[in-house]
Amino acid sequence: MDADRPLPSPLTPEAKPFWDGLREGKLRLPRCAACGHVFFYPRVLCPKCQARDIGWIEASGKGTLHAFEISYQTFNRAWKIPPPYVLAMIQLAEGPRMMSNLINVAPDPKVIRCDMPVEVVFTKVTDEVTLPLFQPEGAR
Amino acid sequence: MKELRNTVCIVGVDESDEIGILPGKSQLSLHLEAVSNAARDAGLKVSDIDGVFTAGQHSPALLGEALGIRPRVVDGTTVGGCSFIIMVGHAVAALNHGLCDVAVISHGESGKSQVGVSPRRDTSLTGPYEIPYGFGGAPSYFGMITVRHMHVHGTTLEQWAQVAVSTRKWAALNPKARMREPLTIADVLKSRPVVYPFNLLNICLVTDAGGAVVLTRADRAKDCAKKPVYVRGAGEATEHVMLTQMRDLTFSEATRMSGEKAFAMAGVTHGDFNHIMLYDAFTSGPPIMLESLGFAKRGEGVHFFEEGRSTPGGSLPINTNGGGLSYTHTGMYGIFPIIEATRQLRGECGPRQVPGASLSLVNGMGGMLSAAGTLVLSNDGVR
Repeated sequence: MDADRPLPSPLTPEAKPFWDGLREGKLRLPRCAACGHVFFYPRVLCPKCQARDIGWIEASGKGTLHAFEISYQTFNRAWKIPPPYVLAMIQLAEGPRMMSNLINVAPDPKVIRCDMPVEVVFTKVTDEVTLPLFQPEGAR
Repeated sequence: MKELRNTVCIVGVDESDEIGILPGKSQLSLHLEAVSNAARDAGLKVSDIDGVFTAGQHSPALLGEALGIRPRVVDGTTVGGCSFIIMVGHAVAALNHGLCDVAVISHGESGKSQVGVSPRRDTSLTGPYEIPYGFGGAPSYFGMITVRHMHVHGTTLEQWAQVAVSTRKWAALNPKARMREPLTIADVLKSRPVVYPFNLLNICLVTDAGGAVVLTRADRAKDCAKKPVYVRGAGEATEHVMLTQMRDLTFSEATRMSGEKAFAMAGVTHGDFNHIMLYDAFTSGPPIMLESLGFAKRGEGVHFFEEGRSTPGGSLPINTNGGGLSYTHTGMYGIFPIIEATRQLRGECGPRQVPGASLSLVNGMGGMLSAAGTLVLSNDGVR
């Protein structure tokens, strides 16, 4: 299948459980076994207590829209989705933030609000890659 | 750092021979022109330079080679556009320790025409975690900071636009500025939408230019061609690279830390400044910097850009060269506010001269308020 967007690259070994989980419809996040801190992006050291014992949890997929932008142009030749589209910074319920897109919503600053509740939509891009996009809670 | 206060001076500054859209000049040529011009401004020879500081695609080793000198100390710290501002502090340390006697901080970037540039380097982390969602240029990130600030503090699109209007008034007085026609808030709001909350005129120019700053110890500075400008205080800090890792999108922790260090070294406080240069890649940047530096309460930095305050003839002039918004912005803008502050403190600025400018603040960001560099510059060496 042809991707409608740039594929994630490089896929690094320390993040493999994240990418594997997405293919199975699970949003996994790294969690420090020493202090319990849940963080993103994946890395081999806890950014809160610097411990090296990192495990994984399955996140709820719930969160809020921390910040957003509505792009009227594309920034990458591999991006095939016509603008406008919504760039999103998601505040996950478990603590960390991640970048994504807000979908199933009108690209209108009068409609989209910071801190609105959102939920994950697992979106298959290729056989190998599924991305965690988000929509307003209960949309569609 | 207090003991280093006023021990080092800026003795030479200049841009490349031309700035603007320069398809006929390579990035390396912009560097070499700027270094050559800044050395001449100082009354020194390029061969007097024995410390080379530069950020970006070209290493200080390459620059030394191209200049035909063999530097005794090099620094290639590259933490975004404020790197050149940070390097002033590094040069102060190196000069005091005798690692070099004449330092040059050089910038050259063919940001628009892309002549003689290396392939763009992304961090390994934007590729997997940001690019697949359509992120790309700086506007696709800095808008997040801006939207969150509007949500938390109630700032408005009209207030951000006022920053562009104020800055353009200064550009009108600078013959080197690229955009000099008068601008209104309505013009900003009507310009092409790029990425909400930014229309085109909320975003800096993209140009080709070089700039360089020459420094030496205060005892030697007295023998240079022009009145020395003293590095009274310098600070630096970094917080994050990936925007998701910034603790509070509406407040730059790196800027707070950098500013506090610079003010403590200088022994000055907010009310002492009569000239300010702030890195303006986006209209929302300078107000947020003023809040992070402690000049304004959170959400109130925009008020500094009202008519009669930051504007020509105003009580606290800001971005008197016309800024990245209207004068020039190559990509890594940080060398240019140092050049302008030096010229203001020397009294060289003609129609845009700030009368009595004696203490200038230079504050720059790297990335998305990720890194910060702050300078306190003065035209007297009183300790």
